[in-house]
Amino acid sequence: MMGLIQPKAIYILWLREMKTFVRAKSRVVGSLLTPILFLAFLGSGFSGVMMPGIPSGVNYLQFLVPGMVGMTMIFSSMFAGMSVLWDRQFGFLKEIMVTPVHRVSIVLGRIAGGATTSLIQGIAILIISVFLGFQFSGVVGLLFAFVYMVLVAVSFIGLGLAIASKLKDMQGFGLIMNFIMFPLLFVSGAFYPLANLPAVVSWVGYVNPLTFGVDGMRGALIGASALPMMVDFVVLLVFCAAMVLLGAYLFEKSEAV
Amino acid sequence: MPAIKVENLTKTFNGNFNAVDHIFFAVEEGELFGLLGPNGAGKTTAINMLTTLLKPTSGYAEVAGHDIVKERDAVRNDIGIVFQETALDNRLTGFENLEFHSVMYSMEKEERRERINEVLDIVELSDKADLLVDKYSGGMKRRLEIARGLIHRPKVLFLDEPSLGLDTQTRRHIWDYIVKLNREKVTVVLTTHYMEEADYLCGRVAIVDHGKIVAMDTPKNLKDSLGGDVVSIESAGDGPASFEGLRGHEWVKGIDRHDGILDLKVSSADKHLPEIFSVAEKSGIVINSINVRKPSLEDVFLRYTGKTIRESEASQAERMKAHARRRR
Repeated sequence: MMGLIQPKAIYILWLREMKTFVRAKSRVVGSLLTPILFLAFLGSGFSGVMMPGIPSGVNYLQFLVPGMVGMTMIFSSMFAGMSVLWDRQFGFLKEIMVTPVHRVSIVLGRIAGGATTSLIQGIAILIISVFLGFQFSGVVGLLFAFVYMVLVAVSFIGLGLAIASKLKDMQGFGLIMNFIMFPLLFVSGAFYPLANLPAVVSWVGYVNPLTFGVDGMRGALIGASALPMMVDFVVLLVFCAAMVLLGAYLFEKSEAV
Repeated sequence: MPAIKVENLTKTFNGNFNAVDHIFFAVEEGELFGLLGPNGAGKTTAINMLTTLLKPTSGYAEVAGHDIVKERDAVRNDIGIVFQETALDNRLTGFENLEFHSVMYSMEKEERRERINEVLDIVELSDKADLLVDKYSGGMKRRLEIARGLIHRPKVLFLDEPSLGLDTQTRRHIWDYIVKLNREKVTVVLTTHYMEEADYLCGRVAIVDHGKIVAMDTPKNLKDSLGGDVVSIESAGDGPASFEGLRGHEWVKGIDRHDGILDLKVSSADKHLPEIFSVAEKSGIVINSINVRKPSLEDVFLRYTGKTIRESEASQAERMKAHARRRR
């Protein structure tokens, strides 16, 4: 009897993601373009604005960078989770599902691959923002930020996987993007402090893992988080575990054909 | 031990549509067994159950000695499958697709390399191994998938419509590969709606219609069971309604009608043609054309279902559409 976790299978699933990621350069550049434009134009356009909730001494670009890293990663992670739909469409899901590899390992392989590509894109945004004038607090802060980034990536891959397991084809994809991804982004505090929103809406923000991810990254990178960083970490960790379990459960239950 | 044992296997969709309807069959080790039937007859659903992709609604089946429901992983280890639609990653090379597969079946590195080269050789794709699959032709993709199905040395290989959508020449090639690998003691189960494919390849054929197996035997026995030759008569006027004069003769084994054509199953047609003409003349039937041939599996299908495979396909499509309407 083979175990639930088969490292070789996880590795080859990860490797497949890496290879296809590297070969899809134009798509990657395209997905980085939006956050770069936002950083460049919003960052400089609002540079002198005093926004309530942003501590004095923190300019808008500093505030925006963790948000844009979060935006890049929510999109790339959701796409990675939902890439099950592509595999279904092109028949490759059947090829994966008919192998003797345990479903848990298949899910872990997908998460490993998706999290890596998503992290690479988040880091790319960080590097680019440094050239736009972003100053982060130090190496330790950067390492902490990576922790939040990984948790954000894994959470949304789980969510993407859960949603994809409930969809038959890619038709619902646009709907998901407009009714789930954008609202999650706007109530995450990526662009402005969550407290500036009407109370009801801001409460919605507190059931959104991205909120805690972005806030944690702000704490780590610029030393200005709305919540204690430990709170961000614990809440995000809980979300992360819940999303992965949900995704894995629904994926396991969905049929390959 | 039979390679496959199927008892009462059934798949019901949405509570009332029996895609596979209480089928029974067994396949011996080393056999090349075919499921022949029109599109929508339930062949792919049957294969999906046997390969553990779908759970049966009821019934029992064993593949390579393992229960398809209780021992899924053991079944998965012992089977290879080539799906009806392409199931390759276009963004990877041929070699990478095979490597992915062999690692998923936990093959060791040395063995993997060796075996990949071996199967690439069998399907004559060694020189195209490092090309992205995106650049492959339809026939090359199919060959790569056959190679992939073989890598982990499965005991049973399932081929779902292996030559669907391929041109005649490529089809011949694919047939050669299938025969070749069957000689290496791999049990092969294939589905097809091409009569000549089943006839050419399969040692035994099960004819499937509306989710049921209506006949099962060697192609030769199936054809012989019709009792000799087929005489197809096309006549003018109100059609071949009144050939009743022929019914009494012991050499007339059967009379079927389809598309306004009358098919007579006749033992030694060459001897009895004159008699057929004289009956026609007496009944005042004007024969437009007459055709004498050895029976094909198409004739067998017609005999057991009362329809040609094309007509049956149309009625299957109707059946599914009606079902889809009811669901809404």
